[in-house]
Amino acid sequence: MMEVLKQAGYSLATLMVVMNYGLLLVGLVTIIVARVHGRIGPPIWQPYINILKTLSMRTALSHGIMFYLGPVFRIVGGIGLLFFMPVVYGSSWMQNFSFAGDVILVVYFVFFGMLGMALGAAESGHPYSAIGIMRGLAQNTAAELPFALALMALAAQHQTLSITDIVAAQQGGIAHWNMITNPVATLAGMLAFFGMMMHSPFDVHLAPQEIPIGPPTEFHSSYLALMQTNRSIFHAAKLILFMNLFFGGATSIFVMVVKTFALLMVVVFAGVVFPRYRVEQSIRWFIRIPLAVGILAVVISAWK
Amino acid sequence: MSDEIKKVNGIDEGFDEISEYFCDARPSPVSPSANRIVRNFQNWAQANSIFILGFGTGCGAIELRPLFTARYDVSRYGLFPRPTPRQSSLFIIGGYASIKTMKRIIRSYEQIQNPKFVMGLGSCTVNGGMYWDSYNTINRLDHYIPVDVYVAGCMPRPESLIAGFDRLKELIMEGKAEGANTYAENFDWYKNNQKKIIKNWNMPEYNW
Repeated sequence: MMEVLKQAGYSLATLMVVMNYGLLLVGLVTIIVARVHGRIGPPIWQPYINILKTLSMRTALSHGIMFYLGPVFRIVGGIGLLFFMPVVYGSSWMQNFSFAGDVILVVYFVFFGMLGMALGAAESGHPYSAIGIMRGLAQNTAAELPFALALMALAAQHQTLSITDIVAAQQGGIAHWNMITNPVATLAGMLAFFGMMMHSPFDVHLAPQEIPIGPPTEFHSSYLALMQTNRSIFHAAKLILFMNLFFGGATSIFVMVVKTFALLMVVVFAGVVFPRYRVEQSIRWFIRIPLAVGILAVVISAWK
Repeated sequence: MSDEIKKVNGIDEGFDEISEYFCDARPSPVSPSANRIVRNFQNWAQANSIFILGFGTGCGAIELRPLFTARYDVSRYGLFPRPTPRQSSLFIIGGYASIKTMKRIIRSYEQIQNPKFVMGLGSCTVNGGMYWDSYNTINRLDHYIPVDVYVAGCMPRPESLIAGFDRLKELIMEGKAEGANTYAENFDWYKNNQKKIIKNWNMPEYNW
């Protein structure tokens, strides 16, 4: 019992570290995108001020219980994803609650928040929320296919469903990373990664600049603060997940920061270079090349 | 007009079907935190992160777009476009407001959460400007919703808008930008003024 409580305390500390790291990443990405546009951009701590500002709104209204629970489900998805995988491999306090079958659980958590948001956004009664969530669910489902296939290939390669075991198998230098030992699965996973990170060219369902701003159209005040917080946690958690799966995990916080930052930059640079896909274009894109690569990865792992 | 036709057209009684989506409760003023430190901190956060709902009612809105480009870039001052009234806190009325648009302005304004700020852009919002004797535009915006800052000019340049944002930030920091509470306290006066110009009031009495 004491062990569990101790681990819970450690996991909360990990959550705080990852949340702040995620908030700084969000601020930094805004600056990088602004610099590419030739602008100066907001200060790096702007996400903190935005959260404080939304928390200091004096009124909030609810459209019903699911509207209230939508952002809660969303943040449960982000925190759940983080809590069931090792953030830093071998560290006693950043090991979290990883267990034998966490690969399966993690796939559920990636999708869980989106489904919660779908229910919340639907209850808000706003038509643009419904359109946004429909687009988001369609695109994420398409992106999950190659990701799931890549996970199957990894599970077959290492004969395990535990992320900690997958990370353990990759220790001992870059030659042991799944990026080298299983390049086809890594390719499928990384192509899915573009869709799952919700950056341009796959962010049309968020529609950050248009009149309907996607699923969160009706969410405001502390609901929005919860979603802004989750955005940073979920962002960082997904980066850590991909680092663990394909790039050898991390043995210290420094290595974790370097690897996840490099991973994020791949998506950000692709996003500032390429224009946005419409939803039907992105779904078509996902079920052509990434899905084919994913199937190839599974076939290769079955061959061995 | 018979009842059936009214329902088909969605005018007056036709609103019953969707009225459950709206809250008809009158707004009540919510005073800022009594603790001075907390209040100043909240005002600081409000001033340094302003989400803009730009309402391009007139030609003035053309001066809003350059603000987000490389030349003026207001994001460095903590101002961001946020095209939904629920999340935004600064409502910019971009020029003349016709009576038809006033209905949308009022509904959008009422959906913004407290504290909310309004900026009147261009002379048309101050006194009607070149449209002062027009049959279908309003002359003074602050008869219908409380306005915190006016940026006069026809058209005001983006630089004047940035100066207006600075003035608004000062007002917020000093705790003087309490338009939402003013609106709630003088609700009947504002509603009376609004109903004087809007003859076909086919919207909820108060729309949160």
